[in-house]
Amino acid sequence: MKQLLLLSGKGGTGKTTVATCLIQLSQAKAYADCDVDAPNLHLVLGTFENHSTKPYYDLPKAVIDPDLCTECGLCHQVCRFDAITRNPYQVIPHLCEGCTYCAHVCPSEAITLEETVAGTIELHTRSDETFSTATLKMGSGTTGLLVTEVKKQIKDKAKFAILDGSPGIGCPVIASLTGVDLALMVAEPSLSGISDLQRVIQSARQLHVPACVIVNKSDVNEELTGRIRRYCNEEAIPFLGTIPYDKEAIAAINSGQSLIERGGPASEAIRAIHHKVMKELEAL
Amino acid sequence: MKIAVLSGKGGTGKTLVSVNLAAVADKGGYFDCDVEEPNGHLFLKPSLIGEEEVTSLKPVVDMDRCDGCKVCVTACVYKALAYIPGELMIFDEICHACGLCTYLCPQQALKETKRVIGTIRRGGRGSLSVHTGKMRIGESTGVPIIKKLLKKLDDDLSIIDSPPGSGCLVLETIEHADYCLLVAEPTMFGAQNLALVHELTRVMNKPAGVLLNKVEDGLNPSELYAKEHDLKILASLPYDSYAALESSNAELLVERSEKYRTFFLELLKEVVDEATLAAQR
Repeated sequence: MKQLLLLSGKGGTGKTTVATCLIQLSQAKAYADCDVDAPNLHLVLGTFENHSTKPYYDLPKAVIDPDLCTECGLCHQVCRFDAITRNPYQVIPHLCEGCTYCAHVCPSEAITLEETVAGTIELHTRSDETFSTATLKMGSGTTGLLVTEVKKQIKDKAKFAILDGSPGIGCPVIASLTGVDLALMVAEPSLSGISDLQRVIQSARQLHVPACVIVNKSDVNEELTGRIRRYCNEEAIPFLGTIPYDKEAIAAINSGQSLIERGGPASEAIRAIHHKVMKELEAL
Repeated sequence: MKIAVLSGKGGTGKTLVSVNLAAVADKGGYFDCDVEEPNGHLFLKPSLIGEEEVTSLKPVVDMDRCDGCKVCVTACVYKALAYIPGELMIFDEICHACGLCTYLCPQQALKETKRVIGTIRRGGRGSLSVHTGKMRIGESTGVPIIKKLLKKLDDDLSIIDSPPGSGCLVLETIEHADYCLLVAEPTMFGAQNLALVHELTRVMNKPAGVLLNKVEDGLNPSELYAKEHDLKILASLPYDSYAALESSNAELLVERSEKYRTFFLELLKEVVDEATLAAQR
């Protein structure tokens, strides 16, 4: 299965909007929302016939039994995550990373590790299409593991899959990049956007994932769009086109409609980009 | 007064709002906690006062002592260690630096050494101090960087520019805040993610208000959400191509336009008043 992942470094550059259009234009049969911290793709894909959900378990977290605790303080001393309070001795669940050090040092066996539900993994299907997404429970960490679970659900469901990524370059991005064939970077023509683009491209390089670049809202700052194009040329990164700022994009999101069906300059630009992206994928 | 600026969704204008608030305040500190993609310094252009490395611990093995018992491999819940005959492999980027493997090793073959995971730059801009955390590329978590960055919080006034999302990094930044300023976009996406961070502020028991950004004519799902969920709307900023261009060049709106200077001065006052009221409750 060939997998295309959309990333951007900076948030709000238009990953989800472009992903939605590409899913439609390529008639992708498998797709996933890897932005488990703030998922949105489900809002614009229409309705699905079948749904299945399963709980996502975080690493088990420490729990102190007050009846067995002798208040010796060892657990508090060894915890590197400041997750154990004193007086009374308690674990702060959202700070506990489940390492089990405290349980190993506790002389009175007062600490056990308990599984906690940290989110829900969802699978939606209609005819031959499969959509995988997830929601993270408030105050849970370990988003990288959840991204890996989301990706597993569509593995080998089709010949081609599109994955919508998250902003940043941390664990969810690393988890989403692992094993994909091509990363499409949706950049924005701002100094912030350029700095973020360069960092996410380096992240992809470290994981040996080839990247290509498009610029969204390119007419907001043509000079910086030109700078991104030159940067791509210098770094031998395929530059696949630009998308102008278009109010239709907002209207499409808010009406739950496809930007492709609404038409307009952004829609036209994405059609052209779609052809180039598919060529890049085929060439791999 | 410590104010965290958050949004859930990326690109709604957190940094734009944070840097302009900090610039009009002209006192206290600005803290860029978006350690994966820090940008506030591009706008504030601080003079550099000092730079320090942020380190984490990592286990290293002495193979002369290791007898291949695999106690460490079995104990590590993150699967950061693997043993193949004659070699103990340690994956630094996956390691959470909990210290358990070193503690458990019966042969004392493991010891911990420091490893650089990022940097913190502290600088100044007039009477404002500017603090920026930056994670090394390839690392999985910036939490230790944020923890260290926020050790210098200014009780008088701190503007904490948060990362997007609602995960562990965001939790870390809200932890220290007295008040949360949510920045929302006028789309279903914006409203959906506004709901996520709003819920997060409630779980963490932090008072919050919202700034509606990039407002256009027509439906504003974020505004509807705020009204339905008793979330105070502190101000509204219309979409403005002038502001978009200036900000894309990392210019401070409050320096370029009297209109924006007045807007952010009023917003700062409003936020501080709200936070003070909330503290009294």
